[in-house]
Amino acid sequence: MAEIPLRDPAGTEVHARPGRLADFWSHYAENRGAVIGLAVFVLLVFLAVFADFVAPYAPDAQFRDAFLQPPSWAEGGSARFLLGTDAVGRDMLSRLIHGARYSLSIGVVVVALGLLLGVVLGLVAGYFRGWIDTVIMRVMDIILAFPSLLLALVMVAILGPGLENAVIALALTLQPHFVRLVRGSVLAERGKEYVVSARVAGAGPIRLMFRTILPNCMAPLIVQATLSFSNAILDAAALGFLGMGAQPPRPEWGTMLAESREFVLRAWWVVTFPGLAILVTVLAINLIGDGLRDALDPKLRRS
Amino acid sequence: MSAPVLHADNLARHYRVSRGLFASELTLKAVDGVSFTLDAGKTLAVVGESGCGKSTLARLVTMIEPPTSGSLAIDGIDVATAGGAARRRLRSDVQIVFQNPYGSLNPRQKIGAILEEPLAINRPGMGAAERREAALEMMRYVGLRPEHYDRYPHMFSGGQRQRIAIARALMLRPRILVLDEPVSALDLSVQAQVLNILVDLQAEFQLAYLFISHSLSVVRHMADEVMVMYLGRVVEHATRDALFGEPRHPYTRALLSATPVADPDRARNRMKLEGELPSPINPPAGCAFHPRCPIVFEPCPRQRPALEQKGDVRVACFAVDRAGRVTRGASAAA
Repeated sequence: MAEIPLRDPAGTEVHARPGRLADFWSHYAENRGAVIGLAVFVLLVFLAVFADFVAPYAPDAQFRDAFLQPPSWAEGGSARFLLGTDAVGRDMLSRLIHGARYSLSIGVVVVALGLLLGVVLGLVAGYFRGWIDTVIMRVMDIILAFPSLLLALVMVAILGPGLENAVIALALTLQPHFVRLVRGSVLAERGKEYVVSARVAGAGPIRLMFRTILPNCMAPLIVQATLSFSNAILDAAALGFLGMGAQPPRPEWGTMLAESREFVLRAWWVVTFPGLAILVTVLAINLIGDGLRDALDPKLRRS
Repeated sequence: MSAPVLHADNLARHYRVSRGLFASELTLKAVDGVSFTLDAGKTLAVVGESGCGKSTLARLVTMIEPPTSGSLAIDGIDVATAGGAARRRLRSDVQIVFQNPYGSLNPRQKIGAILEEPLAINRPGMGAAERREAALEMMRYVGLRPEHYDRYPHMFSGGQRQRIAIARALMLRPRILVLDEPVSALDLSVQAQVLNILVDLQAEFQLAYLFISHSLSVVRHMADEVMVMYLGRVVEHATRDALFGEPRHPYTRALLSATPVADPDRARNRMKLEGELPSPINPPAGCAFHPRCPIVFEPCPRQRPALEQKGDVRVACFAVDRAGRVTRGASAAA
């Protein structure tokens, strides 16, 4: 048992190299917009989680002495309701803060469902090829051929309006993007030598798909998941606005917009603030997505 | 001598190539009728141009692809008919090291996980501590330090990665190691290092090597026997000394004369090959080498020479007589 002595030219400097996370962060932090987006997003998550403590009032508490009261800085406003009240005297600020819960959890659930379905179908299609691939991809093409909101509307119409059904419908319309992405990455990875080595070592298809190939397809998936997150929020708000998503009196932002449509001309704040909330959230998440793409996808990395 | 570890008989691998919707399919004969044996502790080198079927042969021997025809037996057990557990065991007897050390290690796995994966799959009874012990021991064999266990492949140089790939291939204690151009992607200085490790490991574990290469100087250093392939067929199969001492087949001679020798005084008697390697989809009739052969004569375009024992070598050429003497061309005159 002879130990073969060898010098290791890289050995000494290896210690100095930054870890994966630090390396990732340095690339991510290059993009200022992405950092701002992340800060806004963290704030939103904080508000959503601690809504019961942060919000001044309960989202469904009515103040019968203050219908359609303007925001505090406008004429006729008071410090009691910072962003004013809606047509039935509920505090706008409290409703928006509680609404963040709905929007974020819709995003999380839709993306998780879409990711789960998409990853499994994409792996199966890309790994096995042949007729399975053809069947899966043609079905995905059919789903993609419909405008996503229209398809979601049709599905909600079939399943019945409501938040849960809207989430299912949105997950189904978003999932083809994941399938295509995963399949593309799998096709690129499956011929690589490390996959063949794992196969020679005796790895079965399940292990090859989930343990060997999938971790190497994660970077584009994370980016796509982030961007889908904002899409899901936007589409859920649209469904809510059309009366197909969350039902009143839930303080979902899209539903709030729909409820206050008739007051657009008389009370600008009841439509502006939910709209702004959607805008800020979606923008922040999109900025994060762009930053992640820059940091995770070496092909797009600026050198 | 003990019985050979691996016996390949008339192995062939044909691919069907479709040329579109309306054209008929063509057959690409990547490997066509190759027979050889591997012995424990010995190295059989396979040389030839790109596209001559070397890598396909590697894929057949490692059971990544089934042969179209012919048989492959390990320890006398036919791979094609072995089922279930026997087949799993045979599989772990043959491992492979690839050419490109940058593609052959999973970038998302640490070195420890890479080395332990074969054990985790094939030795379900083995505990985590035991696996770790085995991985560390194998790392020592290939000259890696214990602290490398927790690092990712991107932190290593090409030579180190190739040593990791070798260590992984040996984790299951295989009997046969297929080396698919294991050093051609490495620097010259690192090549020597990796080759020396391979020599030491072969002695340590009594490994049979199937060493695929296009570098004849490396082959000369490593091989016990050499098999020269051309368009999916073996044209010459001889011991290293016989082949390098007196190459018989004109293709072998051309390959050898193309190898640079560090001796400025040596007469440069180079034998140049004209033309390109013909397409394996549509190989020339008769001897596949005849369009490029400098000593082509009457039977060559019509008839394919069989690989026959002639003297001390096996060679497929009409210009070599029964005693293994070349009867035509420059060497015959000399």
